[in-house]
This record gives sequence, C-alpha cells and structure tokens, in this order.
Amino acid sequence: MENNYSKSQLTFLVILRLFIGWHFLYEGMIKVLNPSWSAKAYLMDSQGIFSRMFINMSANAGLMKYIDFLNEWALVLIGLGLLIGCFARLSSIGGMILLFFYTLSHPSFIGAEYMIPMEGSYFLIDKNLVELAALAVIFVFPTARIFGIDIFLYKVLPNSFRKFII
Amino acid sequence: MEKEQNKNSSKIGRRDVIKGLATVPLLGAVAYGFIKTRKRTFLNRDISDVFHISSSDAVFLQPKAGGKKLRVGLVGFGIRGRQLMRALGFVEPSEIDSLFEAKKNNPDDTRLDLFREQDDLNIVINGICDIFDVYGEAAQRAGANVNREGTNGKMGPVPKRYRTYQELIAAEDIDAIVIAAPDHWHGTIAMEAARKGKHVYCEKPLTWTVPETYLLHQTIKETGVVFQLGHQGRQTGCYQKAAEIIEKDLLGHVNLIEVCTNRNTPNGAWVYDIIEGSNPQTIDWKQFEGNKDRIKEYTEYMKSQGLERYVGPEARDEFSLERFFRWRCWWDYSTGLSGDLLTHEYDAVNQIMHVGIPHSAASSGGVYFFKDGRTVPDVLQTTFEWPDKNLSMLYSATLASSRDRGKVFMGHDASMEVSNILSITADRNSDRYAEKIDKGIIPTDQPFFTYVPGQSKVDAVTSATELYFAQRGLLYTYVNGKRYDTTHLHLREWLECIRQGQTTSCNIDRAFEEAMTAHMGTRAYLEGRTMYWDKDKKEIVRGEKA
Repeated sequence: MENNYSKSQLTFLVILRLFIGWHFLYEGMIKVLNPSWSAKAYLMDSQGIFSRMFINMSANAGLMKYIDFLNEWALVLIGLGLLIGCFARLSSIGGMILLFFYTLSHPSFIGAEYMIPMEGSYFLIDKNLVELAALAVIFVFPTARIFGIDIFLYKVLPNSFRKFII
Repeated sequence: MEKEQNKNSSKIGRRDVIKGLATVPLLGAVAYGFIKTRKRTFLNRDISDVFHISSSDAVFLQPKAGGKKLRVGLVGFGIRGRQLMRALGFVEPSEIDSLFEAKKNNPDDTRLDLFREQDDLNIVINGICDIFDVYGEAAQRAGANVNREGTNGKMGPVPKRYRTYQELIAAEDIDAIVIAAPDHWHGTIAMEAARKGKHVYCEKPLTWTVPETYLLHQTIKETGVVFQLGHQGRQTGCYQKAAEIIEKDLLGHVNLIEVCTNRNTPNGAWVYDIIEGSNPQTIDWKQFEGNKDRIKEYTEYMKSQGLERYVGPEARDEFSLERFFRWRCWWDYSTGLSGDLLTHEYDAVNQIMHVGIPHSAASSGGVYFFKDGRTVPDVLQTTFEWPDKNLSMLYSATLASSRDRGKVFMGHDASMEVSNILSITADRNSDRYAEKIDKGIIPTDQPFFTYVPGQSKVDAVTSATELYFAQRGLLYTYVNGKRYDTTHLHLREWLECIRQGQTTSCNIDRAFEEAMTAHMGTRAYLEGRTMYWDKDKKEIVRGEKA
C-alpha cells in the first residue's frame, strides 16, 4: 500500500504498535494461565466517582466470571491483533476501551491510595492513560496495512469494511 | 475504473507476504518469555512434598431444616448483650432507623444490609432481664422487632421483662438463656439456669471466682444442658486450618506462642459512657452487688492473701454510676485483662493446639496509664508454661497503645500468624524447608503460604499479589460471597446443638480450662508469685513468694 510516512515515522509507529501489542498479549496470557486469577481484588480497591459500580461488580460472583473471562481474552486478542497487525485498528479501539475502564476504576486523583501501589507518582495522567493516547496515535496512523496481516485482509475484505476495521 | 483498482489491489505479491508476516516472529519471543515465566512462577511453586494440607474449608455445624423454634431469654442488655441480640437477629427499631440514615448518607455503609441478610435463627425472645430500666425497656423493643424494621415497622409480641434473673429462668416459656451480665454474675446465673433445665450461652469469662468454677462445671455436667461459652473466635475459618497445620507438624516443634491485646481508646479500656436516665431509682443496685456466696468467696480469697488493697475502694453497697457502667475496672466485679481479653487469645490457642490448662502462670503489670481509680491493671504480661509439651505462651497486653503484635506460633521450621487470615513464614534455619529455601522456592523474608478462608489453592507458594491483598485483609471479610459475623455463627452453633443434641465447640470442659487458666494468671498478678496447676488434684497451687 502507498503511504506518506517517512521511513523514521513508519519505523517508530510500527515499534509503538509492537510494544503495546507485546504488553497486552503478555498481560493477557499470564492471566489466562493462572486459574485463580481474578480482577476481583483490583475492582474492590476501586476509588473515585465510579468506585461503587466497580465494587458492586466485584461482589457479584456470577458477573465476575464473565468480567474475568472477557478481560483476559480481550487482552490476549488485542495484543495479538496489534503484534501481528491483524484488525489492528479494531484492536486499538478495544485496547482504548479497556484502558479507559482501568482508568475509571483507578483514577490518579490527588489523595487516591491503592493497595497495589503504582511505582511512580501520578496526577491525573498515569501510564494507562499514556498507553491509551498511544493507541489513539496507532489508530489514526495505521501501520498494519504496511507491515502486518492487514495487508491481506485489506485485499480480501469487501470495500465497506476496510475503513473501519483495518 | 474503480473495479480495476480493486482487482489490482487484491493481488498478493511476494513482497506483500514478507511485509504481512514481518512481525509474526515476535510471537515466538513473547511465547518464550511466557513459557519461562510459567515455569518459574507457577510450576516451580509446588511445595506439596514438604507442605501438604487439605483443600477443605472450615466446617461449621449447619442448621437442619425443620428444627423446632427455640424460646430464648436474655440476661443483660448492655454493650455485649446488644451485640448478642443483634447476632440473634433482634435490634431496636430506633437503631434500624439510624442504620438506615447512615446508609442514606453514605451508600458504602452496609451495616443495615448485613444485619438484614443475616440468617433467621428460628427463635423467639420470650423474656429479658436487666436491672437498669433503660436497658430493660430497650431489650423489650429489640425482642419485639421480629421483622427487623424501623420505628414505623410492624412489631411482634413484646417479650416479658423480668426484674430478676431468678424469675426469668423459672419461666415456663423459655428453653434457653443468653447471659451477658457482668463477670461476677456469670457463674451464678449459669448454674441456676442449668438447674432449671435451661440451656446456657454464657459470655466469657466463665467465672469470677475459683470455687464457683468447680461448681458450675459440675452443675452443667450433671444437668446435661447444652452449654456454650462466648468465645466466638471458635467460628473463625482460619483456626480450623491452623489446627490442621499444627497437627501435621508443618511448623516443626512449636516452642513459643505470643498473643497480645492492644487497645488505645477509653472505650477499649472499659471507660464506657454513663447512660442518661441512670440513677438509684432506675438501677437495682442491690442485685448489681452480686450473689452472697460469690462475694464471700471473693472476699475470703482477697483477705486470706492480704490483697485488701485490690478490694473496693468504695463500699460494695455504695451506689456508683462509674462502678455500674465501668465495672470492668474493679476486681469487685471484674476479672481484668485476664478474664476479658486473655481468655479470647487462650481459647484460640486451645482450639488450635489443644494445650489444656498450663502447668504454671507468672504475671506482672500495673495501672500505668488509666489513673482513674481502677484496681485492675491496664498493662499486663502473663507467661504460661507447658513443660510436658515443651511450650511457653506469652500474653502481653496494654490498653494504652494500639500497636498490635498478632497471634504468632513459633516453631523450629516456621512461624504462623493467625488472625482472620493465616500466614506462614519459613524459618531460615529450618530443616524441613531447607532444600526449598536453598533452591529459592520458599522465601524466608516474607510469608510463603497464606490461607484465606474460601481460597482453595493450598499447596503452592502464595504469589506476591495474593500476599499483598491477604496481608491487608481486604478480600476476606466475605466467605463464599457472604459476610458472616462470628458471634452469629457461635450462637447458631449453640442453638443447633440444642436442636440436634450435639456438643458445642466451646463446651463446659473447654470453658473450665479457659477459666482456670485465666484465674491462674490473675492470681499470679495479684499475689506476685507463680501459680501452678496440680493436674491430679485439679487445683491451683501457689509457688513461693518472689
């Protein structure tokens, strides 16, 4: 595919996509692997204006099963998608949605203290939000059509799908 | 034209294939890291060859369907009496109102929900007794609140208020009684109730004097009523697991146990509020003074050992609001730190290790902070010895510092700390775990095993995150999704034992051990010398004066 990126722009855009994909995939696989992993503790520790919603979610054992399953596999699939460049734009949107929820449940406002302490100091902007913004960059500067499975998908899928999915 | 372009772009050339699959090899790199991590984090954490315990959770006596409705009477609706009634399912309507209000102001306040969700124990409160009118009337309102509603709710029949416990235990429509009177009344009321054929739930400690301990033990045995002493710690999920760990010798030889009490508020130091409406007209002081026989036993003991300085200082028949509401501060009614708080710790240890009455007890301490005229110490250390078990237990208490030191069992191979959760830390000089420590599988600078009731994984080293949460105890107020109050479970066990003809976990034999242990500690403090337990004669023997 034709593109207007300079070589260095393309290189770092691809690297950014790969790094985020790598991160998501590994996070997801570790969780899938550990049968006793659950987001329950994390959600119970929620703070901020939406904390009640997240804490209520954590108390609902039936719901938690779905949340854990969705979270684990969404991480894996998003990671895979970004890494091999398959449905990469869709994956970036999915990643942004996940990160948005993490941020809602654990906002970095002044005075928020979490049980699993973050390793740095943050005010409003934390690493989740930085990664979210980076995914937005990946979304608006797609590279999977240049390096990735999306090259094939772009050719196979009908026209109307291309713009949004790939 | 557009069709043409489409056609062109759907051609997949060699370059496309290379570019399309360019990043796929990275999957291999992630997979490599993943497999390595998996091995290190999960597979190598197995320690079942040196540390193997069952995966079963704590077992509690479950209510059987179709059990008969029990008719319960309550003696004493003070602070503890109120808590016991709540655990039984009965709360004053006005308190429900304030819980409702609290929930409205703070949606995170779940006390109302917790109370309303508490299981129905299938009982009716038919009688109550309190010698203070304000408490007596409040107890009636609580007993009538069968639907757990606020002041506008529909109430049930109002339980009868008796002026004396004698009338209450004589009542025909009462099967069982709950005793939450001050310490100096426990034994007497329990004995008389048992003689009337009533089942008894008695708050700790079992007794105020040594002689009554034998009498009560004998009475309960002879009458065969179902007796439960109020150590609700018996229903703590972790204690059963702790007992299993001890039984399987996973700590090595346990040689020292440290238990403690740390509080630092006036309320924690028994300086309770003086309630409005209390005066000689609304309080039956004569009854408060105590049972004649008990007072005689107490006075004789104090005199015979030259301990008059601990008696009074006010005359027993002199009305005093301080002494009525803060009776725990004076030996005239109280059993001090030994009876009130050491007993909880001792009973936990007895449940976990079946230690029985210790061979000896030595105590020291004093009134070091609350110089409010009290005679019982606010700082106390008691050491108990079991030479036949090669075991010491140190009880260390202060009512003026909240630095809690936990309940720790120290063994040659590992130490175990028990609270609502349980954690085990390997000893760096352990024999049992030496190999696993050398290999770096078992750490020694932090607990390697944490048990949380309801968590099934038991044979692996606890991960850092699990440990982090466990140490803060956040997760674990819930068991199988439902939060239980141990006092509720303890009362439930007693009621079910009555229905099913079983023995309670804190029965009269355990209660006898609890009382004698506490009395040994108290006497050691008062007399300033070591107390010994003569196993054969079943009595406390004095050591030489230091």
